[in-house]
Amino acid sequence: MNLFDLQPDEWQALLLTLKVAAVALALSLPAAILVAYLLARYRFPGHGLVNALVHLPLVLPPVVTGYVLLLMFGRKGPVGAFLNDTFGISFAFSWTGAALAAGVMAFPLIVRPIRLSFEAVDPKLEEAAKSLGARRIVSFFTVTLPLALPGILGGAILGFAKAMGEFGATITFVSNIPGETRTLALALYTATQTPSGDLAAFRLTLIAAFVAFAALIASELLARHLRARLGGADA
Amino acid sequence: MLDVDIAGRVGSLEFQARFASEGGVTSLFGQSGSGKTTLTNMIAGLLVPQTGRIVLDGTVLFDAAQGVNLPVQERRIGHVFQDARLFPHLSVRSNLTYARWAGRRKGDRDLEEVVDLLGLSALLDRKPGRLSGGEKQRVAIGRALLSDPRLLIMDEPLASLDQARRNDILPYLDRLCGDAGIPILYVSHSIEEVARLSDTLVILSDGHTPAYGPVAEMLTRTDLGRATGRHEAGALIHGRVAGTDAAWGLTLVDIGGAVLQIPDLPAETGDTVRLRIRARDVALALEPPQGLSIRNAFEATITSISQETGPYAEILCVLNEQTIRARITRASVADLDLAAGKSVTVLIKSVAIDRRQRSVGQGSVNGAERV
Repeated sequence: MNLFDLQPDEWQALLLTLKVAAVALALSLPAAILVAYLLARYRFPGHGLVNALVHLPLVLPPVVTGYVLLLMFGRKGPVGAFLNDTFGISFAFSWTGAALAAGVMAFPLIVRPIRLSFEAVDPKLEEAAKSLGARRIVSFFTVTLPLALPGILGGAILGFAKAMGEFGATITFVSNIPGETRTLALALYTATQTPSGDLAAFRLTLIAAFVAFAALIASELLARHLRARLGGADA
Repeated sequence: MLDVDIAGRVGSLEFQARFASEGGVTSLFGQSGSGKTTLTNMIAGLLVPQTGRIVLDGTVLFDAAQGVNLPVQERRIGHVFQDARLFPHLSVRSNLTYARWAGRRKGDRDLEEVVDLLGLSALLDRKPGRLSGGEKQRVAIGRALLSDPRLLIMDEPLASLDQARRNDILPYLDRLCGDAGIPILYVSHSIEEVARLSDTLVILSDGHTPAYGPVAEMLTRTDLGRATGRHEAGALIHGRVAGTDAAWGLTLVDIGGAVLQIPDLPAETGDTVRLRIRARDVALALEPPQGLSIRNAFEATITSISQETGPYAEILCVLNEQTIRARITRASVADLDLAAGKSVTVLIKSVAIDRRQRSVGQGSVNGAERV
């Protein structure tokens, strides 16, 4: 057993982590775009409250967030029971719960850069689009969204990274079940709690670093491509 | 065609505008801060007036009493903004056709036709970030034209450009105003642009519209000095190119009963032209003078003399139904004993004639007939 010889359970943790993070991002990104747009473009009663709610997972101890999720989405929680009875969707002690926890924890990190980039899009361009006959939804998808893409990309990368590394809320909400909810972070924690788990912990650390690094490079390449498309230079 | 009668309060500006236009080019003229952009934004639907009514081509765009307020995207008003507002992530081609693919406006105007009119063929694949200011404005004009508009609003399209760029783009505007067949609402604080391009003039001053009417008539109104700017006051006259005097480089323009000699006028024989003569470039004499370098001297009849407290007087003279405006000192008025009804000789410095006129189609001296 050497440094680069991944054990089956470590592979499992890696694949599970990617799955959890991808699903968490897929679920929270559209919602984050919507919330970011509302916060950036509209002043409505409760604007401050929505803003505070969005940022709550960032300031609460993750264990608290996990516990609230457990109360709400657990088998006996009001939302969890409803979803389970109506759609047969269960979050308790399953990887879907891990994805939910990761998505909730990543949400504020995704919203923030997207909101900033929406605020940077000149509303006058949306006026121009309307004067050319585009309805609001059309001008959003043809003008606002494309111009905000760099921020959306930034939010997605940040959210993905956060989702991959989520620990506190996940372990509180769905526990640490091998093959089901034991993501890289949880596997690493388990290894550090195991006598002779040092080598495994080191390998998991390398994997986590490698994945994070790869995601950063991919996002940088994508951002460069986007800048070229948006910034006037013919790419 | 376009009927506006609205009022409201925008910021600290008490706003009340009322005018009607029968098509052609209607200029909205006023100093900075007089509310020009506010008015166009209300007509376009970007701002909502408190009271009143806006009707375009029989369609009610806004009516406070009936609770009608058509959204911007349904007004079919092409809007050329001062700052162009091209979509930076789209190519010039996609910008031009935006109304087609995003606004579901078909229209019968060809992309090619507009590209030709505005000289855009070399720019189609570029992004707006790589266009000059003048090119951006031309693309913005083309984009608005291709949105199948019932009215084209041009909000100081030249204001952000330097003089050289303006001179680049003015010929395109000339052609546009002549050929487009779309009524245009042209916003400007430059009396030269207004005189050159428009048929109807609406004066805007401190959020109010004290007067509107045919441009030639408005420019000779001496009571609007404050709004139109005294220094640039003048009159528009129409004429037909009667011939050229190649030996001396002069173009002869028949203004009905008199022939003006104008140096280097870029027009063909038979063209109908519009000339602007500034009041300060007109002098008056009781007798046809002898031994004078001014070549354009005509008999005309004084119709009015404005009495002012300053050193100057504004005098309107009629020559075969065309009005010429003169600005001379009150002392001269007294010395020459000038009065309404008196015959005088009008002296126009040849060089003073504004050569940058618009040549409109034959037989349509009055621009409104084009519509």
